[in-house]
Amino acid sequence: MQNDPSYFTSRLDEAIGWARKYSIFQYPFVTACCGMEYMATACSHYDVDRFGAGLPRFSPRQADVLFVVGTISHKMAPVLKRIHDQMAEPNWVVAFGVCTCTGGFYDNYATVMGIDTIMPVDVYIPGCPPRPEMVLDGLMKLQDKIQSQHTTGKRAAPESRPAILSA
Amino acid sequence: MTDSFLIKSVTDQFPDAALASHAYRGDATVVLRRESLLEVARFLKEDPTTQMNFLMDLTAVDYSTFGKGPALAFFSSSGVSVRPTPEMPDQDPWPGPPDDARFAVLYHFYSTTHKHRLRLVVPVEEATPEVDSLTALWPGANWLEREAWDMFGVGFRGHPDLRRILMYEEFDGHPLRKDYPVNKRQPLIGPKN
Repeated sequence: MQNDPSYFTSRLDEAIGWARKYSIFQYPFVTACCGMEYMATACSHYDVDRFGAGLPRFSPRQADVLFVVGTISHKMAPVLKRIHDQMAEPNWVVAFGVCTCTGGFYDNYATVMGIDTIMPVDVYIPGCPPRPEMVLDGLMKLQDKIQSQHTTGKRAAPESRPAILSA
Repeated sequence: MTDSFLIKSVTDQFPDAALASHAYRGDATVVLRRESLLEVARFLKEDPTTQMNFLMDLTAVDYSTFGKGPALAFFSSSGVSVRPTPEMPDQDPWPGPPDDARFAVLYHFYSTTHKHRLRLVVPVEEATPEVDSLTALWPGANWLEREAWDMFGVGFRGHPDLRRILMYEEFDGHPLRKDYPVNKRQPLIGPKN
């Protein structure tokens, strides 16, 4: 019975997931040129407010999605880790741009080869920089992930979509 | 004010200081003995005919592997020739790196009154990688000298605060030296990727 939630609990999960995915308070951690593309996506042409993510919070304690936008150097890595540690649960991390995903074309003494070496990442948006359409696609994938997450904070496997969304 | 005027004013004023000079395609350059850097720099700043009131750039070069491997044609794909074609002979070619000195510290000066610029090159041996600081003459030299120290490990005598500026204090070595291992990583947190 433990892994088989009752009807009421699953509907509650669904409602909470719906509320969470349309009220994303994002923290943009912008370090490099990807920031321009982030701004283009966030502004009215592409308008992330359509997805309920239109209100960036510049305090990690008030945010629930960390957007890591731009190259992270080894000098910056402890700062980023602290920002992530300061976010309240539940939180999600988006790696925006190929430098945050893998290090990109940097392979040198200064650059972190992907932020997933220092923190968990929920959605990877590659590209140098990614087009706004890719960012919105990543944002929608994140919404799917938030919707499918159990209220207790347990995360679903990345590729599994809940039946209610696939139908 | 021509390039040759600037070179001549330095070499006339300090005949013992200048090791060489050239003006490769208009980049007036004087190669200086290390000991005379401060007095030449002060002359360039204060003399009314030169008035170099702007230190445009200050950096260093590590020549330890220069010319020891085949030259890479970095620009060949972009159509820019790596060396001058025979049709364009150079009257005054670049003489190459200074002999028996591993590093060269470079200073680019500009005069906003006379609208002319001059480069000083100071060869620095590996045994005592140190030159005099120019922070007393150009306060802007402060961070540039810190960067040269951070990246190349060239010290500056008389600098008020010679710390690393780009890398973190825990970083070991100087990353733009040619003997810094290209794959060496020193992360503060996380794995050595």
